Amino acid sequence: MNPETSAVPAAGQGKGSLRVVQLYPRDMNIYGDWGNALVLQRRISWHGYTPELLEYNVGDPFPDDVDIIVGGGGQDSGQLVIQEDLQDRAAALKDLAEDGTPMLLICGLYQLFGRFFKTRTGAVIPGIGVLDVETHGTDERLIGNVKVATPEFGEVLGYENHSGQTSLGSGVRPLGTTAKGTGNNSSDGHEGARYRNIVASYLHGSLLPKNPAIADFLIRTAAERKFGSFEPGQPDDRYAELAREHAGRRPR
Amino acid sequence: MPLLGYIRNMFSFSVPLGKLVRRASRLRGGGSALPGLVVEKIDPGFMRRTLSTLPHGVAVVSGTNGKTTTTKMVVELLESQGLKVFTNRTGSNFTRGVAAALLGEVDWRGRLEADIAVLELDEAHAVHFVNSVPPRYCLLLNVLRDQLDRFGEIDKTAQLLQHIAAKTTGTVVLNREDPRVARIAETLTGQEVRYFGLDDSLLATFPNDDDMRAAPGSPAPADLPEKPAADVVLRKVGADSAEFEYDGGTVTTGMKLRGVYNIFNAAAALTLARSICGGGAVDADHATLLEALSQVAPAFGRGESLTVDGQPLDLVLVKNPSGFRLGLKSFPAGGYATMIAINDNYADGRDMSWLWDVEFDSLREEGVDQLTGSRAYDMALRLQYDEVPFGDVQPDIAPALAAFIREAAGKPKRIFCTYTAMLAIRRELSKITTVEVVS
Ligand SMILES: [Zn+2]
Repeated sequence: MNPETSAVPAAGQGKGSLRVVQLYPRDMNIYGDWGNALVLQRRISWHGYTPELLEYNVGDPFPDDVDIIVGGGGQDSGQLVIQEDLQDRAAALKDLAEDGTPMLLICGLYQLFGRFFKTRTGAVIPGIGVLDVETHGTDERLIGNVKVATPEFGEVLGYENHSGQTSLGSGVRPLGTTAKGTGNNSSDGHEGARYRNIVASYLHGSLLPKNPAIADFLIRTAAERKFGSFEPGQPDDRYAELAREHAGRRPR
Repeated sequence: MPLLGYIRNMFSFSVPLGKLVRRASRLRGGGSALPGLVVEKIDPGFMRRTLSTLPHGVAVVSGTNGKTTTTKMVVELLESQGLKVFTNRTGSNFTRGVAAALLGEVDWRGRLEADIAVLELDEAHAVHFVNSVPPRYCLLLNVLRDQLDRFGEIDKTAQLLQHIAAKTTGTVVLNREDPRVARIAETLTGQEVRYFGLDDSLLATFPNDDDMRAAPGSPAPADLPEKPAADVVLRKVGADSAEFEYDGGTVTTGMKLRGVYNIFNAAAALTLARSICGGGAVDADHATLLEALSQVAPAFGRGESLTVDGQPLDLVLVKNPSGFRLGLKSFPAGGYATMIAINDNYADGRDMSWLWDVEFDSLREEGVDQLTGSRAYDMALRLQYDEVPFGDVQPDIAPALAAFIREAAGKPKRIFCTYTAMLAIRRELSKITTVEVVS
């Protein structure tokens, strides 16, 4: 698909359009990561803006005028496939991040946006250094329901499934503190990372459907950057609330 | 005591003891694996020794989806050719379950009167099993997202299947349409490899997990390798029939199995049965093979057709994204009342992310009447984002089912359900109405 031509035309929605780019959906898109992109697409239109959802895969031209970036997790094989291309895009992605572009990075791309990933056997896979974090591969797989207390988004709920353990440097702050589950690593009780307008997390599940506060943070930030202000609509979050209540009570 | 005498003594000792434990644990209503555990502890060589006496060896069926029904098909196909088949019917598909099943079948000297064993094995346990009992045949079905809660990653599951193939001494039967399974052929040296396959026109109804991970509409990777020739190809699926191609001709046969994915597994079973018969077991008679295939009913809990209040009610088991997608494609929504029941108990998998890898557009027009199960609200949220209208959301299965049956009276019904939700629904159905099992 040519990213320049796949835009959804505005259909009488007067507030302007927001362009969301999915990073490497072909290779980095498991455990429902697609749900995050879908939630952004729908909520942008529920807020009265026009969503434009684009994909960026290995070798594609990188789209212009990106308002929100969303990236997911992958198999080990998927991470190898995108490795070189990601390094080629490092400078551009770093500029976007420093400039304040809202981004959601889950699991595998959270790791690769960090400084490096050191495998169990000692091999070092370089990251792109947007986030001041490092990840070490382990034999222990951290799996299960997670509940995180966050200062910005209230209680964040999701599901983790990773064997890499990430520790945060002084250049980033954690997304929150785990109340159930493990999060970044099995020692410090932190989950995810926050830097400028980037939200990074290990939570799949998908993250955004049950945590609309994060979705709306990304959308609000994008709208404010592009139009100077954000005029929210009124999405119906009844079922998100009920799903959250229920998920919060489920066992690990 | 000389070593040989000691072993012999142990042998005749462990079988009657194991049989006794088996009877005792049956009386307690205990799990089927316990007596197997006991006999394995006392006589670790029991299973290997017993299975190695079979004239046509052991055939293993593994993969993430459809093992139980496929194993059942292979057994019935071989029995139609007059072979006496040992299988692990108890649904206890682990090494100990096999040992337990063996105990029920061997005579007091520990001899098994069968021509061949056809065993359904869970990928993880199959590795331990094939290290101890190298199979003569194996059938590897697919690698789908199902067991990620337990094994972490899809690539790892593919490695487990590859290990089964490597330990196989005779014929390895592979799914040509699943890239991770088909690729196993490249790693094999001594074994004969046979494939089962699908007509290109049916491929669209069989998304593999790689297609699924890409967002809808994304292009397929360009460098698809040429597909190898398959021993049996499923060409067409009708309402209650299927067309298979083998030996250069096509044959149409009636099918009791519902759902395209079950019928694809019939092609898998046919390929394995043909290998075994062709391997010298018997001269295969294709008329009786097809007759047997047409009579196979799904194994319990894998999807069933019931009659409730004079109307058909289909239970469609969905336990991972490909299964759910196939279910939606295999059973079109038109004219049916629909309920979806999603539990997240251990046996279902705790992770709900997979619901986001299924597109529910096909339900948009008719809508969904009732949502239930411990994750009913997650399902509601999922449908909301796919803009599919839905009726009541009630996590408790009993009242939800009662309302569904009451409100959709006079209409055929379909319930998509996870494993433990299916068990609960069957239990409730038998309380509130007469249930007649059709197939
Ligand atoms: Zn992950």
